[in-house]
Amino acid sequence: MSSWLAGGAALADASLWELVRAFLGTALIVIGVLFDILGCIGLVRLPDVYNRLQAATKCVTLGTCSVLLGAALILGGGMAVKALLCAVFVLIASPTAAHAVARAAHRSGIRLWEGSVGDAYLEDRSRRGEE
Amino acid sequence: MSYEMFLNAVFLVLLGCCFLCMYRVAAGPTAPDRAVAMDILGVMIVAFCALLTIDTGKDFYLNVAISWALLSFVGAIALAKYLEGKRFDE
Repeated sequence: MSSWLAGGAALADASLWELVRAFLGTALIVIGVLFDILGCIGLVRLPDVYNRLQAATKCVTLGTCSVLLGAALILGGGMAVKALLCAVFVLIASPTAAHAVARAAHRSGIRLWEGSVGDAYLEDRSRRGEE
Repeated sequence: MSYEMFLNAVFLVLLGCCFLCMYRVAAGPTAPDRAVAMDILGVMIVAFCALLTIDTGKDFYLNVAISWALLSFVGAIALAKYLEGKRFDE
């Protein structure tokens, strides 16, 4: 861990760029963790699997990408490249996995919550004659 | 408040989020609920590993994060295919 993160006397020696990096990185980490909390509350509180999937996937993907960006800003150098690579991968992979699981849930016959207003995918599939 | 205390607070919050995910894995009424919760748990552990890198300064935690994201993605896709009732090469 870099010495300027220890606070106190080391802060006086840090350059302006390092201070800005530390501040922005910490802000991104805080925002990301807040999004993670919201996603997990949605995962627990919402009524059916599609609602849970949508809340959790979107919030947690954005939150984790934000945390990884903050880590890249704070760490710098080769570790920043690795963290950015990981952020890009999470940004691509997590919505894909969620889409696959939602499609599988719908096709394996899990009904929507009784308060839902419409099921466009079911209408599409019945129009195509799959069901 | 030092930076270590801040990081410890963030770790505790993320640990609470992981427990919420584990609750959904244990209590989820259907199988896709559990699959989604495991996927979300994996993504959250990636964030955990990034914060561990800041805490310790060791960059192998980032390798752990990348491989965990990869395995979580492959696992979720495999579970989705299994739930859909297809074979894996379709």
